Amino acid sequence: MTDVRPMIDVRGARKSYGALEVLKGIDLSVQRGQIVAVIGPSGSGKSTLLRSINHLETLNAGEVWLDGVKVNQKLGRAAFERHINQVRQQMGMVFQHFNLFPHLSVSDNITIGPIKLRGMDKAKARELALVMLDKVGLAEKIDAYPARLSGGQKQRVAIARALAMQPKVMLFDEATSALDPELVDEVNLVMKQLAREHMTMVIVTHEMRFAAEVADRVLFMADGTVVEEGAPDELFRCPKQERTRLFLRKFLNP
Amino acid sequence: MDFALILRVLPVFVAAAWTTIGISLISLVIGLAVAAVVTTARLSQVVALRFLGAAYVSIFRGTPALIQIFLLYFGGPQVGIQLEPFAAGAIALGLNIAAYMAESMRGGILAVDRGQMEAARSLGFGRGRTMAWIVLPQAARLMIRPLGVNAVALVKGTALVATISVVELTYTAQRFIGSTYKPFEIFAVTAVLYMIMIYGLTLLIGALDRAYAEER
Repeated sequence: MTDVRPMIDVRGARKSYGALEVLKGIDLSVQRGQIVAVIGPSGSGKSTLLRSINHLETLNAGEVWLDGVKVNQKLGRAAFERHINQVRQQMGMVFQHFNLFPHLSVSDNITIGPIKLRGMDKAKARELALVMLDKVGLAEKIDAYPARLSGGQKQRVAIARALAMQPKVMLFDEATSALDPELVDEVNLVMKQLAREHMTMVIVTHEMRFAAEVADRVLFMADGTVVEEGAPDELFRCPKQERTRLFLRKFLNP
Repeated sequence: MDFALILRVLPVFVAAAWTTIGISLISLVIGLAVAAVVTTARLSQVVALRFLGAAYVSIFRGTPALIQIFLLYFGGPQVGIQLEPFAAGAIALGLNIAAYMAESMRGGILAVDRGQMEAARSLGFGRGRTMAWIVLPQAARLMIRPLGVNAVALVKGTALVATISVVELTYTAQRFIGSTYKPFEIFAVTAVLYMIMIYGLTLLIGALDRAYAEER
């Protein structure tokens, strides 16, 4: 049986900040296990699109669905709060600036979600943290504090923290943009590992090479619209739109 | 300089200093508690609560503490609030410093990086839990120094309750001027005792700040 219901479905997403329209009616559908990379110049709305999937941005119009559940439902304040907390537990989000909790150890960063939100007991949660840290190659840092970690290590812990909630999808918001160049690979490696495990992922990135390598589909956004989308081979080798060509030229022949 | 006089009055002044410490502590507790409520209101989702919180701060910060003390002690009985000088002083000072402390608390909370809130929310934590487990523990550290400044101001501000005859340090000093005619000695002793209290408080604040810093 094939599952035709998309894991993530965004329909007609519109978002404005005052007079500035940053999303002008975006559709995005991601199948289970699919990896979509979103590229485009800064200010194109790609981060806003990703953040609106997690409802960190509230859309002015349009719908967001996660695995058949409408994310941006119209509900009363308290009911929506319960609903969104439930939905967010199923989405892992990784931020450009890591956003690890500096007052908590690596272990507590990872286990606070499972313990407080899922009622997992502490010993079991620590085991889970160890498994997740092993996945990102940082098991030895389990008792360190974030301040002691490099940028790349912080981002890998942030990924482990998101994975510990056993999410249905992972959303990456320029996960390597704040890293020193030599630390980018270690984070990309973890993301590639997740790709091999068929994690459903939406990756907003500035790294064309990585997008080409890991994505099943690439979206090129500019000025709040999807200019072009397709398989990475097509989109990177022979883009159809002039706008895409111009953007890619800057990246490939700087 | 009449050292004999200083030695003679010192025990009485030390006892009065303990009253100053007592009223400071009670006002501090009242101030912290009220400030926590006001801060919660100011950061609330509910517009009316935000307005009330802001109004509290403008009223208590926008009028002299001395007038607030008078209003409660002298004006209180007229509206059915009959308080002893010590209680009236402690409550008025506590309500007054709460306005400043609320600003320190709000500042600390707002200084925590927005990304912390977003990361917690994205994991599925609600607003309250995010506040309790992620934002407040970090904000507490940022609040210590500003709240310490408020506490120092409060201790010095207790001198105002001398005007409603609370027998604390400043009141005692004034009383001894009348019997000794030695204002220099008397006020010098008073000043030194205030300084010692403030210095002790400053050490305590520093220790608290360092204790938090070493936690990570």
